[in-house]
Amino acid sequence: MSELLVEIGTEEIPARLVDGAASDLRERFAVALDRLRIGRSAQITVESTPRRLALFATGLPARQDDRRQTLRGPARRIAFDAQGNPTRAALGFARKAGVDVSELEFGADGKVFVDRTIRGRHVRELFSETLPGVVLGVRFPRSMYWTGKGGARFIRPIRWLVALLEREIVPFSIAGVAAGDTTWGHRRLGSGPIRVRGSEDYRRALRDNGVVLSGEERAGKILSEARATLPRGLRLRDNPRLLRTLVNETEHPTAVLGSFDRQYLDLPEEVLETVMLVHQKYFAVQNSDGSMENRFVAIANSAADRGGVIGRGHERVLCARFNDARFFWKFDQRRSLAERVDDLGDVTFQAALGSYRAKTDSNLEIAAGLAETLRSDSATVTAAQRASLLAKTDLTTEMVGEFPELQGKVGGLYAAAQGESPEVSEAIYDHYLPLGPAGPVPRSPAGCIASLADKLATLGGMFRVGLVPTGSKDPLALRRAAFGVARIVMEKRLEISLDRLVSLAQAGERAGRLRGFLLDRFRHWLQATGGFAPDVVQAVLAASDAQPADMRARAEALAEVRHSPDFEALAVSFKRIRNILAHAGLDIGAELTAVRSDLLEAGAEAELHGQLQPVLAAVAELNSRRDYGAALRAIARLRPSLDRYFDSVLVMADDEAVRGNRLAFLAGMLRSLSSIADFAEMAPGSGV
Amino acid sequence: MRLKAYWASQGCIVQEPFDCEVGAGTMCPETFLRVLGSEPYNVAYVQPSRRPSDGRYGENPNRLYKHMQLQVVLKPAPEDVVELYLKSLEEIGIDLSQHDCKLEEDNWESPTLGAWGVGWQVMLDGLEVTQFTYFQQCGGLDLDVVPAELTYGLERLAAFIQDVESIYDIRWNDRWTYSDVRLADEEQYSTYNFEEADVDFVWNEFRLHEAECKRLMARFAEVADPLERRRFPVLAAFDQTLKCSHLFNTLQARGAISVTERAQVIQRVRSLAVAVAKAWVAQRETTRRTA
Repeated sequence: MSELLVEIGTEEIPARLVDGAASDLRERFAVALDRLRIGRSAQITVESTPRRLALFATGLPARQDDRRQTLRGPARRIAFDAQGNPTRAALGFARKAGVDVSELEFGADGKVFVDRTIRGRHVRELFSETLPGVVLGVRFPRSMYWTGKGGARFIRPIRWLVALLEREIVPFSIAGVAAGDTTWGHRRLGSGPIRVRGSEDYRRALRDNGVVLSGEERAGKILSEARATLPRGLRLRDNPRLLRTLVNETEHPTAVLGSFDRQYLDLPEEVLETVMLVHQKYFAVQNSDGSMENRFVAIANSAADRGGVIGRGHERVLCARFNDARFFWKFDQRRSLAERVDDLGDVTFQAALGSYRAKTDSNLEIAAGLAETLRSDSATVTAAQRASLLAKTDLTTEMVGEFPELQGKVGGLYAAAQGESPEVSEAIYDHYLPLGPAGPVPRSPAGCIASLADKLATLGGMFRVGLVPTGSKDPLALRRAAFGVARIVMEKRLEISLDRLVSLAQAGERAGRLRGFLLDRFRHWLQATGGFAPDVVQAVLAASDAQPADMRARAEALAEVRHSPDFEALAVSFKRIRNILAHAGLDIGAELTAVRSDLLEAGAEAELHGQLQPVLAAVAELNSRRDYGAALRAIARLRPSLDRYFDSVLVMADDEAVRGNRLAFLAGMLRSLSSIADFAEMAPGSGV
Repeated sequence: MRLKAYWASQGCIVQEPFDCEVGAGTMCPETFLRVLGSEPYNVAYVQPSRRPSDGRYGENPNRLYKHMQLQVVLKPAPEDVVELYLKSLEEIGIDLSQHDCKLEEDNWESPTLGAWGVGWQVMLDGLEVTQFTYFQQCGGLDLDVVPAELTYGLERLAAFIQDVESIYDIRWNDRWTYSDVRLADEEQYSTYNFEEADVDFVWNEFRLHEAECKRLMARFAEVADPLERRRFPVLAAFDQTLKCSHLFNTLQARGAISVTERAQVIQRVRSLAVAVAKAWVAQRETTRRTA
């Protein structure tokens, strides 16, 4: 078994693409091994830094297995003449197959054939041919060429290649770079070129030349050093995304502590964090009460900052950045948000839908409709209207121009600074929430209305002009918007029907599609966020999909009782009823004939009938109070009578009138007891 | 000076600044036009760059309306171009082994020039000191040969080397600081660009330069005679494009261009740049064939 080392030495790969490139390389290499039939016992690992993608494969055979192959040739009578001498056809075939004519055999089909062994090829030879394609096959969103038009494409220029099978070079070249045994260390902490003999030597050589090859190790180094640099009582604000970026931006990460003038702590934390995390890639630091401290940790791609030079440099840059943010803040206060509403006429929302001014009008209208349906109090109505009017105006500010990721938040902060009420500024601040499947929803009722109105207006508008997401493509993030609607309605248990949401959104002729689109998100919410089993969700939706908050309440009640023995048995009986009805060709949705009590048989049938009426009355009363748990428990109490009924009553009686009466009875019962959930959808005995 | 000498020693022509207002050294003909076609070209020059929206009334320690760039174009890019660049920093006294130097992804794109490339911003202890770009397209044309463009921010580098808090504290020489020399410019041009510039006047000027450029390009299309083609003022047409670009930036700083309008005006400038780039390539072609 032999070992392969491949290193692609590049100029600095963008941090956000390093992880993907490494896993794509591994994937493509594994596929190539399989295709070449040498991957059976191979172990592949990849490591990456900004300047190299390294692949280690162990457990490789020396060569492919030999293969037996049967080649079929011309018919016997063509291949040999009457005297049994080979004709030109036979000679030609033998030559092509690489055997002597005497080795040809005759098959049962009357044709000439030969079995031959194909020698497996040496893996070194195979890698020589395959590796260039594997390397250049790695996908990047925006690749470049560097050797001239039509030349090889990669994310950044490839400057060296190492390819060693054991200690031997695998010869190939890419874009004029020949693979060899020579690598390079860290740009300043290492030297180069460095010759390596195999993968162990390679790892050692890199370590000696300032490169921490393992991403995991770099991550550990970053966190432990960052924490160690902090004075007592202060804590690092962890941020996994920032960490990933820093891991992929350094070959030798070193934590450097810095501080900034306390005066900048007057700027909103949102702005400070964005500058530090997003723009400068520093960790923010907080004190024991969670508030931000005037410190930061930068991660340098260098050895320890002995003279404090690096720290001072970073401090200076951060200070200038904060200074800029303060400039934007002051500059933007020259015009209030209220004065900016009409400026939105110049900001395009979507070509076919017009400007953000037009969108603001839709948002306002929908917000009014929502407030009416939700019977909001007058303070909420006023705040939601004002917030919807001002929500988009921060798009015209310098601050959002500089920090687009702060839109909404900047509006909220400015509104507060300009004397808008806390309800209004908070609603503006929150109106993009929720940002995804996790994370908060708007805090206040007015915030929920402003957020819902914004999302519904977007959804309705986009559907109206035909921009409906298809497949996995969703460039306008409409699924996210719809899921945001679902989250707010469900998590705040808002009393609004699905149809009302759809009609407010004004999707025009695509209202039906929008309804289905929203319903999918509600279903997804019930399963993914609510944690309800698929069959519970199915049962609840089958009963009714009119009121989302009600679907949640019914799902909760159902999930609670479903595992009681009575209920499970009941579900089985209901399924049985449905099968009987289906078998009899009875449509439960159709109008039913009234049940004639004179046709009821004394005993189990009359008993069930007698018991059903009070249960139905109780269920109706409990349902009206949305006490679905109690209603389900009431239904579950029917179980003994229902069991006895099926034990002793033959539904499909010979007498047609009796049979019809029984079917009508069961259908009526099934229908009236299925208002909470269609129990027949429940899978018996499965977990919630 | 040392940087220029360094790049001269690496085989670059050392040029003087271009005398039209430009937002970046890239826009000078020495870069924008020379990267087109397949002829090799290595050049270095300092270029004052004016960016109306970046004015801060002299109050920001790191941002300026007008700053100096050292622009280096290496066409084609040599294989060790990154190392050559890093050595240039060491040449001016920055010991990189004592600093945090990162190449962070920064793909450059100029919609007004129909140009883009991939590359990095070079971060020195968190400060962006250079923009490093491998050009891929210019004036809407795929480049035959890929040049590397290095754009040094000279004020930031000087502040870095002199270890001063603000650009304005840079010692120009023993007697004067950057503030002594340039603060008045920053204050006055910020006021002009943000407050005083007469919007109608600037728009008019924009339209005049645009018309002149279009007129020249239309004329060029009619010129068939090789000799006449060769001396046709494509370069002068390019000046008009640059004027438009600068006036557009002024209008934008002045807040006179709405977001919807913005895309259209960019498109107008871009179409000029694309036309000039095509004309330049055609002209060089004619010149080569008749030479």
